[in-house]
Amino acid sequence: MPEQLLWGMEVFMNGLMAGVLYALVALGFVLIFKASGIFNFSQGVMALFAALTLVGIMEGRVPFSHLINAVFGTSVHHFGWNVPAFAAILLTMVVMVALAWMVNRFIFRHLVGQEPIILFMATIGLAYFLEGFGDIMWGSDIKKLDVGLPQGINGFIDEITFNLLGYGFFIDNLDLWATFIAVLLVIALVMFAQYSKHGRAMRAVADDHQAALSVGINLNFIWVMVWSLAGFVALVAGIMWGTKSGVQFSLSLIALKALPVLMLGGFTSIPGAIVGGLIIGVGEKLFEFIVGPMVGGATENWFAYVLALIFLVFRPQGLFGEKIIERV
Amino acid sequence: MKMKLATLALGAALAAGPALAELTFPSLSYRTGPYAANGIPFADGYADYFTLLNERDGGIGGEKINLIECETGYNTEKGVECYEATKGSGALLYQPLSTGITYQLIPKATADGIPVHSMGYGRTSAKNGKVFSHIFNYPVNYWDGASVGIKHLLDLNDGDLSGKKVALVYHNSAYGKEPIRTLEELAKKHGYELTLLAVDHPGQEQKSQWLQIRRERPDYVLMWGWGVMNQVAIQEAVNIRFPMENFIGIWWSGSENDVKPAGAGADGYKALAFHNVGSDFPIFDDLKTHVVDKGLAAGAGDQLGTVLYNRGLYAAMLAAEAAKTAQEIHDTSNITAAMMRDGMESLEITEEKMATLGMPNFGPEFTVTCENHGGDGLGAVTQWDANAEKWTLITDFVQSDQDVLQPLIEEDSAAYAAENDIEERCN
Repeated sequence: MPEQLLWGMEVFMNGLMAGVLYALVALGFVLIFKASGIFNFSQGVMALFAALTLVGIMEGRVPFSHLINAVFGTSVHHFGWNVPAFAAILLTMVVMVALAWMVNRFIFRHLVGQEPIILFMATIGLAYFLEGFGDIMWGSDIKKLDVGLPQGINGFIDEITFNLLGYGFFIDNLDLWATFIAVLLVIALVMFAQYSKHGRAMRAVADDHQAALSVGINLNFIWVMVWSLAGFVALVAGIMWGTKSGVQFSLSLIALKALPVLMLGGFTSIPGAIVGGLIIGVGEKLFEFIVGPMVGGATENWFAYVLALIFLVFRPQGLFGEKIIERV
Repeated sequence: MKMKLATLALGAALAAGPALAELTFPSLSYRTGPYAANGIPFADGYADYFTLLNERDGGIGGEKINLIECETGYNTEKGVECYEATKGSGALLYQPLSTGITYQLIPKATADGIPVHSMGYGRTSAKNGKVFSHIFNYPVNYWDGASVGIKHLLDLNDGDLSGKKVALVYHNSAYGKEPIRTLEELAKKHGYELTLLAVDHPGQEQKSQWLQIRRERPDYVLMWGWGVMNQVAIQEAVNIRFPMENFIGIWWSGSENDVKPAGAGADGYKALAFHNVGSDFPIFDDLKTHVVDKGLAAGAGDQLGTVLYNRGLYAAMLAAEAAKTAQEIHDTSNITAAMMRDGMESLEITEEKMATLGMPNFGPEFTVTCENHGGDGLGAVTQWDANAEKWTLITDFVQSDQDVLQPLIEEDSAAYAAENDIEERCN
């Protein structure tokens, strides 16, 4: 088999894996938009905040220690214990649920009935608040995150492709785990939405707020639940991206990777986020592989947004989004 | 009532103001935002050195130092705002700590007559003092860095790089592209093959670049990265099992922040440096006695001895030595920005001077002149020991290839002079 074709296949597979990671971020956007019509600008910062909280709990860091030390002249930094990863993930989820409740109680309850642009602006404010709050709470140093996920080349795939094709493919173990977890996450979310009482209520709210209210669905509860689910998705994305690069404030920028995925897959479709992520991941990697060397490289971000723009022109609702119909 | 309030406010301002402070050094720091992890240690080191001088020596030449910290968030617009807000305070020197801010300040500070020191960043051709009257970039610039990196590779290969493959992984920005011309010129001279691999900002996703490195198997990889790009690149290099001792980053890719997330895999990774590492210097005893133990350390006081803290410390030391030189030249302790520029233009850093300051072999020896605002271009190589979690200086400070670099600097600065109608000085 020609060398270029083998390399192209390797790039294709890595593109799929990268796409899954993009889709993980996009999922959080979709959940909130689907249930409340809010485009949550703070989704990337939520991933950062979740990852910061997870590391903080795992390492037994004292939250707000810099502030406490500055005010009281103390020197406390750590509780002196470490929390196992699984327990820390559960505790972080408790924090994310509390955050979801507070976001709804103190922000969105006051904005019911406002224009979508107002709600969007509120999420921008929330993003900046959370970023600063996370900084004060956990400090701005770069934190190593290790929840036990393996990293590095998968030896099995390397060996088997080498034996079959004469060239060992590079697939990162972390990406394989991300794919596995993302598949589980999507199955769980779809099952929840289709078959659980609260999932059906969530879909009813997504279809029509007023109608959902009229049959006795508690809108506030559903919104808190959806923001909690988005917080959980943010935590998963934060773990995957934070394991790759360390937990640091640039993590909030991963939202930029989710936007073309959303434009392509549609803002209201969970499968759309996954398929959109895969198309963007594969497309940008293959484009960089084939065209990048001719134009000096660094084409990935450009390509992702241009591809999304082309899709928007021909299918504004995205691949799987609901068709926008407004009747007079 | 209004009058009373105004009087009270004025009184409060005077009481709060640094009444004894005579020498004002603004610190354009970034303790917030995506790059805060790098900005904090530098700002702490910069502040702690001046605090040490105030506490131990009573300032510089008997004049207390007034450090004004202004938060830029590593944002160019905010950096310029900081400059405008503080320049009227009697500012003697600006260290913008960002190439973007430096480019904006070059014409502004020159017009205002305030010197700018962009140490290891900024516009490389500002080394030519005949064109850039108020801009200094001693002791090294990016082109020196590229050359020192190649010199290190020459040392590893008995002076012969012909047939070797060198890849540059760079941040796709003006900063990241800085070394390309130099590396291309050096490739012609030494016969190595150069591959350029651009990484999109911010650099969280680099799979394409590292798959290419895995396919093409370059002998060495150089990196011009910043922020999250560094951590991801080092992790990706670990993932593809690239030999870390053949992976060399510029000095902005060589702090503890960059290697720690990759854990043991980062062992052996190298980075260029223009100052020494660690805290095994007498000055750290003084810092402990006069700054830390008195509760005067900047920030959380937990950054002493880290690479970027040492960089801030070194930057402050160079500023203080230039101020001392200015005081000697003009025979006054109360210097102005114009006098400070004269001091910088006559700065001479010797081993003897650094040893006296408690910083023996902390940086290279160099001399600044009217024509040469960039020093002698000496840099070194450091290496990360993941087990001990510390950097070690593994080479001496060696000079960059001036035969290749000087013509490039002349060419670039001449173009700037022509564009801006600047008449050469120092004649």
